[in-house]
Amino acid sequence: MEVFIEKTGERKQISFNGTAKKLLESIGVNYEEVIITRNSEIITLDEEVKESDSIRVLSVVSGG
Amino acid sequence: MKCEKCNAKAVIEMPALCNKHFTSYFEGKAKKTIKEFGLLEKKDRVCVATSGGKDSLTLLYLLKKFGYDAEALAVDEGILGYRDQTLEFLKDFCEKNKIPLRIFSYEEETGKRLDSTVEPGKPACSTCGTLRRHLLNKHSKGYDKIATGHNLDDESQAVLMNLFKAQKKLFSRQGPKTKKMRGFTQKIKPFYFLKEKEIMVYAYLKGLNVSFAECPFARLSYRSQVREALNEYESRNPGTKENIVRKYLSIRPASHQDVRSCTGCGSPCSGDFCKACRIKAGFALES
Repeated sequence: MEVFIEKTGERKQISFNGTAKKLLESIGVNYEEVIITRNSEIITLDEEVKESDSIRVLSVVSGG
Repeated sequence: MKCEKCNAKAVIEMPALCNKHFTSYFEGKAKKTIKEFGLLEKKDRVCVATSGGKDSLTLLYLLKKFGYDAEALAVDEGILGYRDQTLEFLKDFCEKNKIPLRIFSYEEETGKRLDSTVEPGKPACSTCGTLRRHLLNKHSKGYDKIATGHNLDDESQAVLMNLFKAQKKLFSRQGPKTKKMRGFTQKIKPFYFLKEKEIMVYAYLKGLNVSFAECPFARLSYRSQVREALNEYESRNPGTKENIVRKYLSIRPASHQDVRSCTGCGSPCSGDFCKACRIKAGFALES
């Protein structure tokens, strides 16, 4: 699966099957600080993500 | 996850809501804050302090949607690779929506860009915030109110920061609106009870072409440490952020500020010189 982490600009290829919440935990991101999109659609934490999905992790933090 | 109102696919948790019901919840909460705290009247001329980021641009969008006479006022701090980009989003948005926009820069005001005055790896938020507030107040004289995109995250963080640092004066001045004081345009915060994450979801769902970029100085600030700790706490104890601001409002001490005029620029301040003038004097010494 391709995971783009907007905050760091990283694009990762990882092998993962499970919920979006578990995915965030596996990459060390607090879900309070991000929204997740799958193929450009916002998904909730309980949704299952698959190897074929394109995931974007968008940071909600902006100012200082 | 299903929407708790209609069983459609949810776009957000806590509350679990679909696109339609989240939109209604979000707009309703902003409207309720405006009404409950008397933030705006239809006759008011309001300028929205905008950066092109998601919070302020969403606020501008929403106030126009609600039918308010809102214009945009932006401050260019001079942060290469960040503010120049967010301002492009703002210019584009204002042009498409025919919203008057005025931009003022630190460079015009002080002769220096922010990124030229800060050592690499050092925080800039205190200087930046002071100059931004100074410019916003200076250029908002013809308006009844300045609306800012401050949200529940910003405000709950501010309560804790001022408490941790025993900032008694600042602690008493927080809330959804500032007091009416001579020389100050009153500031209002319609997103006071909305989370940063909720604003982001709303902006994304509405297809607002906003910048989601993070200020490069943000992670170096003291606020950043408080934000991280508070987000950790919120994820374990949902509702913490709202509890902090609600409890704060219920015990907020009275603010008694002796307002004088700055000897340098005439702006209202508590001492002989305002903080913006002191910063400008510091920049001049460095030149």
